[in-house]
Amino acid sequence: MLSPARRTRFATLLDALTLHEADERLAIAYVASDRDPVHVTRRQFRQEVLAHAAGLQRLGLGRGDLVLVAHTQNLESIYAFWGALLAGAIPAMFPTLTEKLDPVVYMAGMAELVRLSQVSAVLTTSDFAPTLARQLDCPVLDSEALARAVDGAGPVVAFEAPAPDPDSVAFLQHSSGTTGLQKGVALSHRAVLNQIAAYGQAIALQADDVIVSWLPLYHDMGLIAGFLMPLVQGVPLVLMSPFDWVSRPALLLQAIHHYGGTLCWLPNFAYNHCARRIRPRDSQGLSAASMRLFVNCSEPVYAESHRLFLERFAAHGVRPEMLAVSYAMAENVFAVTQTPPGRPPVHDIVDRRTLEESRQARAVPPAHPRASVQVSCGLPIAGTAVRVLTDDGRSLPDRHVGELAIRSDYMLSGYYRRPDLNPFDNGWYRTGDMGYLAEGEVYIVGRAKDLIINAGKNIYPQDIEAIVNQVPGVYPGRAVAFGVPDAREGTELIAVVAEVRDPATLADGRARAALVRAVRQAVAAQSTVSAAYVEPVGRGWLLKTSSGKIARAANRQKWLNGRS
Amino acid sequence: MDDASVRRRLRAFITAELIRDPAYPLADDEGIISGGLMDSFALAELAVFIEGEFDVYIPDAELTVARMDTLDQIVARVQQG
Repeated sequence: MLSPARRTRFATLLDALTLHEADERLAIAYVASDRDPVHVTRRQFRQEVLAHAAGLQRLGLGRGDLVLVAHTQNLESIYAFWGALLAGAIPAMFPTLTEKLDPVVYMAGMAELVRLSQVSAVLTTSDFAPTLARQLDCPVLDSEALARAVDGAGPVVAFEAPAPDPDSVAFLQHSSGTTGLQKGVALSHRAVLNQIAAYGQAIALQADDVIVSWLPLYHDMGLIAGFLMPLVQGVPLVLMSPFDWVSRPALLLQAIHHYGGTLCWLPNFAYNHCARRIRPRDSQGLSAASMRLFVNCSEPVYAESHRLFLERFAAHGVRPEMLAVSYAMAENVFAVTQTPPGRPPVHDIVDRRTLEESRQARAVPPAHPRASVQVSCGLPIAGTAVRVLTDDGRSLPDRHVGELAIRSDYMLSGYYRRPDLNPFDNGWYRTGDMGYLAEGEVYIVGRAKDLIINAGKNIYPQDIEAIVNQVPGVYPGRAVAFGVPDAREGTELIAVVAEVRDPATLADGRARAALVRAVRQAVAAQSTVSAAYVEPVGRGWLLKTSSGKIARAANRQKWLNGRS
Repeated sequence: MDDASVRRRLRAFITAELIRDPAYPLADDEGIISGGLMDSFALAELAVFIEGEFDVYIPDAELTVARMDTLDQIVARVQQG
């Protein structure tokens, strides 16, 4: 397997063990609630990847071509991604249109991305391809077109392509945000392999591990931990669709039970979702005792979510030491930190007041009246250094809160075709996350900016506000969106406060409800999230800064005060 | 249980717990998920509530937006048992 000691045996992602030791061992099990699982052996995986590389080549795609894979999560998209890698193209996984999203908004964003990033082709579903093709300046290939090209290439036993340069861009991972302006995080083969080697060591990855994942492949956690790492390391991957899992969360536990799962990465909300919404009869007789780690990653960790999860699944074999934490970001390929396997994350008990007022994490006894539990994200993994900085870039000592900056030997190459954006400040990447260090462990306490993290997705409040400002009846420019931590859901929910054009709307129950409905519908159709709270207010309700901008934090506090 | 009381209990749960706006005048045929009032997590939440409240287990295959989007649909499914 790939480890720091054996790192030199792997030059590029094409040295993946699943491709190289292509025997009858299980590579991928694709499970779904409404049909039998599909099992793909390493040999079948290799054949499919070779055939897809040849198919893509027949379609004129090759070295350096950016290929967007905008699919529902399925095996076809997986083969296309690896086929593109083998053909020397640069694949990027991308979300497809969902039933709730407005097609016009999705298409406009995609068209902008195609233009700015000079996309060579988009691979998508047959349902969606004709509409998308009318909007984009590049070829749009549906499943049939791809299958024809793959079949046309005939049986492929080997694929001749010059080995890629380890420092060339292997693939892109797109950041969240307004689609057209999404930044493509460009990652080299070298960086991805360095990360996989270091991260494997941090979680003590073994050949007999089994990774179970429902995560979307366009997100760093799903793409690396729940897709590339298992295939590079030759560890079986049990995969399901995020849409299937979210409606039927027991599917995850069933998969763990049936395949003897050992590793699973989950955003914090998923602990609540599983604990609260797996029905007893759906979990009856299922065991998770085979698990080594459930890794909480990609949104702030709530100690309460871990507690709920343990309480619900202790009878199914879940133990406290299985609950691990990682802090990760696409700019570092994936993990920055990891809690060591075999022990639960450290709970640092600090004084809430000094944390908020003087930005110091002063340790206090658990019974202290202002005790606040901070869950550790663990230690920086090998090859990553973490510093805590003041606003003007000076290093802070332990237990002082500042912006986290990281440096590693697996950082992004840059933002794709965005030479105007330099991600580095003297070799360090400033994360935008606020946190502190204590005894070598990293704690995250908030964000430098107003970013909302809802169910593992990064949401920019200005994107939500722009949508709300377009809703008839809302006073344009007088809407604010912010996150509200929710203990029941284990994530931040999105609240919108909007001043109305006509004060009579507030007094008239039906007019008010119609406006609330219109705002909720607009947010649902034009973004990937829902507004949990929509509050129409009168003119002058919103607080502004001295420079006339709407102050999100102050308005958030005002709204929270009004509710309590 | 009669239709009206099933509907009343479901409406109270959906507006208070899922839409988080107890005063919201939810129409019987209004698309709760397709209309953006709540997200798809809510299907699983609804399944848990229906089992606890009415002792009706809705199989996974029926937990879809197409089948469980409006109050009318949900009431009919609960009454089916």
